[in-house]
Amino acid sequence: MGHNRGEDKKKEPVLTVEELSVSFSMYRRGLKKENLEVLHKLSLSVQAGEILAVAGSSGSGKSILAHAILGILPGNACMEGRMLYQGKFFDAKEKAKLRGKEIAFIPQSVDYLDPLMRIGKQVTGIRGTRERQRELFRKYGLDEDAEKKYPYELSGGMARRVLIASALMNEAQLIVADEPTPGLDLGMAREALKDFRELADQGCAVLLITHDLDLAVRVADRVAVFYAGTVVETAPSGDFLAGRDALRHPYSKALWDALPQHEFKPVSGTQPYAGSLPEGCLFQDRCAQRSGLCGGYIPMRSLRGGEVRCIHAK
Amino acid sequence: MQSETGKGMALEARHISFRYRKQKDWILKDVSLTVEPGERVGLTGPSGCGKSTLAKILAGYEEPLEGEVLLDGSLLPKKGYCPVQMIYQHPEQAVNPRWRMEKILCEGWIPDEKLLEDMGIEREWLRRWPSELSGGELQRFCIARVLGPRTRFLICDEISTMLDVITQAQIWQKVLELARKQRLGMLVVTHNMALAEKVCTRILSIHDCSLTSINGGIAG
Repeated sequence: MGHNRGEDKKKEPVLTVEELSVSFSMYRRGLKKENLEVLHKLSLSVQAGEILAVAGSSGSGKSILAHAILGILPGNACMEGRMLYQGKFFDAKEKAKLRGKEIAFIPQSVDYLDPLMRIGKQVTGIRGTRERQRELFRKYGLDEDAEKKYPYELSGGMARRVLIASALMNEAQLIVADEPTPGLDLGMAREALKDFRELADQGCAVLLITHDLDLAVRVADRVAVFYAGTVVETAPSGDFLAGRDALRHPYSKALWDALPQHEFKPVSGTQPYAGSLPEGCLFQDRCAQRSGLCGGYIPMRSLRGGEVRCIHAK
Repeated sequence: MQSETGKGMALEARHISFRYRKQKDWILKDVSLTVEPGERVGLTGPSGCGKSTLAKILAGYEEPLEGEVLLDGSLLPKKGYCPVQMIYQHPEQAVNPRWRMEKILCEGWIPDEKLLEDMGIEREWLRRWPSELSGGELQRFCIARVLGPRTRFLICDEISTMLDVITQAQIWQKVLELARKQRLGMLVVTHNMALAEKVCTRILSIHDCSLTSINGGIAG
């Protein structure tokens, strides 16, 4: 089990995100413009040698966080807050320079592949070498035949492995992986995650965005739980293995309960829409512990070796 | 594996073989499978073994090179509403990017308010374009649009891998409730054995182009 490995290394974080808010301006009926805030004052950091898993509800803004780090948000997005890479503030220009080299991205969807370019050429890219590409293909069980294929000829799992391979072409310091495991069978998914662990052990910082909570906690050092555009809890991975009582936030406990290998029992309700968020705690509508105080400002606080954004958590 | 009755009220794949190109290896070779109404058949296997191909063939989106797919003893209809509907792994590839969500949702039937609420679809999303929704949000539409009364068989190809586990449990609960009520027959392609055991009535594994039965699953 790979967690807690980074504990003794107290280094400068490779990536620090402070109070990040992202909003999109969208057009309603005709020319009426509206601003929709999808990430709200979100803070997190990843150290060298560490895997930070980012788990949480669909549509909570996990992919948007990844895109914000890489500087590939669409033109109608507006960003506030600060981001530091290796202790230095980095802006859009800096991001463009670093991505694809020191900062590698593994996207969520196979749509990110060029449908008209053969796989081998696509993975090699403009900076990689043929040898490195072959080496990675062998490592990920892609045969020489796969090099000559076009994206439509790949199965979901093969496409995912192609995306992982292409991210590893250059020497990355920070890897942002957006859902790298769905579509892979269990053996392959474990293999992919083990590769991330290896990369972290070699000194990479890895931000692993995932729904496969059960798999991720076995390789990650810490888990940041996302809900409705912000982080509600960060916990050492061991807490997810220890069970629901070790977790802090009611939403994290609900995630644990919903896993098919546990209760497979969903908490009712849906995540609030970004355009109509409640005041105070974002989870209050679905929470059994809700009280009058939940409508006020809920700060992030330290608790039992983690952090939580809930006034009831003990 | 094959139904002896032949003409039963079921979805049947008979001696299916398939490959994408002539010079390539067979992906499926002489595969037969019957899905009865009310039955939920899990299908697992390693990446690239042909699970999605078999799913597409059963739903009529891909023609088998050999063999045939029969619904109640006859070929799948080429026109009109197909009683065999499919939900894909990647919802962003299964919707028309130039249609608003409302039009996408109501292409085959008009879902009622209750279903939209159960599926966690917000009214506000109906006015949006597909690119303005997340994968998990889009998938709810892709599921709701095939749950109409004329659907009898549902082919689910890794439908919940992009959903968080709470949404996954919510959506499966709803799909299972409707499947039981409408006696839907289902083929559930998944890598997640824990999930297959919670939702399927029997589980098959595909390996080296053919199917084997593995233990597990719940009663219908």
